[in-house]
Amino acid sequence: MLYKETGQYKSTYKSDHAIFPLIQDKIAFSTLMFIAFLIIPFVINSYWEKAILVPFLIFSLAAIGLNILTGYCGQVSLGTGGFMAVGAFSTYKIMTYFPDLNIMIIVLISGLITAAVGILFGLPSLRIKGFYLAVATLASQFFLVWLFNKVPWFYNYSDTGQITVSERLMFGIPVTGATAPPYATYLFCLILVVLLGFAAKNLIRSKMGRSWMAIRDMDIAAEIIGVPPLKTKLSAFAISSFYIGVAGALYFAVFLGAIEVTESFDIMTISFPVLFMIIIGGLGSMLGSFLGAAFIVTLPIGLKFIMVDLVGLSAVTAKHFEITIWGLLMIIFLIVEPHGLARLWSIAKEKLRRWPFPY
Amino acid sequence: MSLEDLKNIPYGKTAIELKNIFLAFGGVKALTDVSFEVKKGEVFAIIGPNGAGKSSMLNVINGFYKPTSGTINFAGTDRGEMEPEFAAKSGIARTFQNIALFKGMSTLDNLMTGRLLKQKQNFLMQALYFGPAEKEEEEHREKVERVIDFLDLQSIRRTPVGSLPYGLQKRVELGRALAMEPEILLLDEPMAGMNVEEKQDMSRFVLTVNNELKTTIVLIEHDMGVVMDISDRIVVLDYGKKIGSGLPNEIRSNKAVIDAYLGVADDE
Repeated sequence: MLYKETGQYKSTYKSDHAIFPLIQDKIAFSTLMFIAFLIIPFVINSYWEKAILVPFLIFSLAAIGLNILTGYCGQVSLGTGGFMAVGAFSTYKIMTYFPDLNIMIIVLISGLITAAVGILFGLPSLRIKGFYLAVATLASQFFLVWLFNKVPWFYNYSDTGQITVSERLMFGIPVTGATAPPYATYLFCLILVVLLGFAAKNLIRSKMGRSWMAIRDMDIAAEIIGVPPLKTKLSAFAISSFYIGVAGALYFAVFLGAIEVTESFDIMTISFPVLFMIIIGGLGSMLGSFLGAAFIVTLPIGLKFIMVDLVGLSAVTAKHFEITIWGLLMIIFLIVEPHGLARLWSIAKEKLRRWPFPY
Repeated sequence: MSLEDLKNIPYGKTAIELKNIFLAFGGVKALTDVSFEVKKGEVFAIIGPNGAGKSSMLNVINGFYKPTSGTINFAGTDRGEMEPEFAAKSGIARTFQNIALFKGMSTLDNLMTGRLLKQKQNFLMQALYFGPAEKEEEEHREKVERVIDFLDLQSIRRTPVGSLPYGLQKRVELGRALAMEPEILLLDEPMAGMNVEEKQDMSRFVLTVNNELKTTIVLIEHDMGVVMDISDRIVVLDYGKKIGSGLPNEIRSNKAVIDAYLGVADDE
């Protein structure tokens, strides 16, 4: 009843191939965009910005990136943290050398640099698959973090090894640095996420996405119908790394402001959580990338609220419980719904189609 | 060589010629001195007992295996080492003995992959998805819809192929090959594991493709009834060697072929 597609006829291939083919989806998405662009910026405060919205947007980008590589092209990667570090340090170096460059351009160039690095580390994927590729990308994680820690040029020879962002303006409003107002950082991230999100969805529903999925599902058959394996895999690495690089740039410049590479881009703080995001959200699903990011970002906050504020545990005990619950949820998810939240959502839609008159 | 070369050969002339093909994996000789030619527009069958080297032969034709020695000639040009992608670009499509579909994708997307080589828009245009990129998608969708109509796949357009029954998967795989609009279609046991009705359907599809689209068909099949009915010429392999070739009637009465299939009577 609520989610009825009866009567919505498609008379052109264009409308049949639309991102949101159903009117209900269009309405839901427009409402969401209306709230995101026209309501939240006026009510946002620093807590919502720093704790929920900005990290959610940034990790959504990283999750889209990893989902392109792992979910759509089938190449497992554990190097997300390393690639995000590339994005962050590129931003820092470009900021030092070009003080007048617009921050949006800096972020996008950082993405391109990360894409180049991604291609380099994607080269082994022609020869190795699955777990072995995961180990190779794990090596890239450790190598890149080690590199940014070991070579002082990357952090401009500062004593602490920290890199700190300087203030940058967009339309006269600071979006990076300590003085940036919450709505500015939020909108800056939101615009990038919406634009890049649509670009990713478009890629996935055209030639490139189909080549990736062909390689994922059966690489031999893909080769026979004329999909070049190396080129296709490297394109997935490049585009995936671009998204992750942009996420890393935002993570440094807009979200944290000052970072220390071994702490901020560790495998436990970035690579695994982003992998969990796409597994919990749904491999090979755009919606899944967002749901997974939302889930992983809000879970610790929700758990802390329940355990500390409602039950009254001490913060330290709650932290221990949090890690345990996290692991438990992960296992439950993998057993009960290996296709993630996106699949749960499509099951819910299927139910809504018939509700309240199931037959 | 390009698609045009195979297209421009007159019907009835040689499209592919294989000369003295040897193929060995270490000590195992898969093919020994096999030569034959496929004429444009015919239904050409390769038959033989299990392990005779039929599938290896197809793999050699579309570049998946590199022959140890011997030459492959497409449309009058000798092909040396070639990649499968090259064969695909020259207008050769194939199906597999064990279905090789993209299981996570819908029927429609599987068929659309058959159009990949013909889609020319670069990735930036695809990401923006407007103007030429959008138009290109729609053009190819239209071509694919024709294949869907032809093979009666309308009802399963959106179904992930992994959940389809075996007979339908075989049909979708034929559809993907047809979506490539090939000049030469290599079919590796398209009717294996099917019941009589499904075999009749598949035979009808193969013959229609051959008659209407004038596609040359190279077919491996174990069902002798089907092979004798639909093929124009037949080559018989046994233990990697060619033991006979000719029209169906000649093969039916060929002593060596009968011996290979039924065993040799002990004369002692």
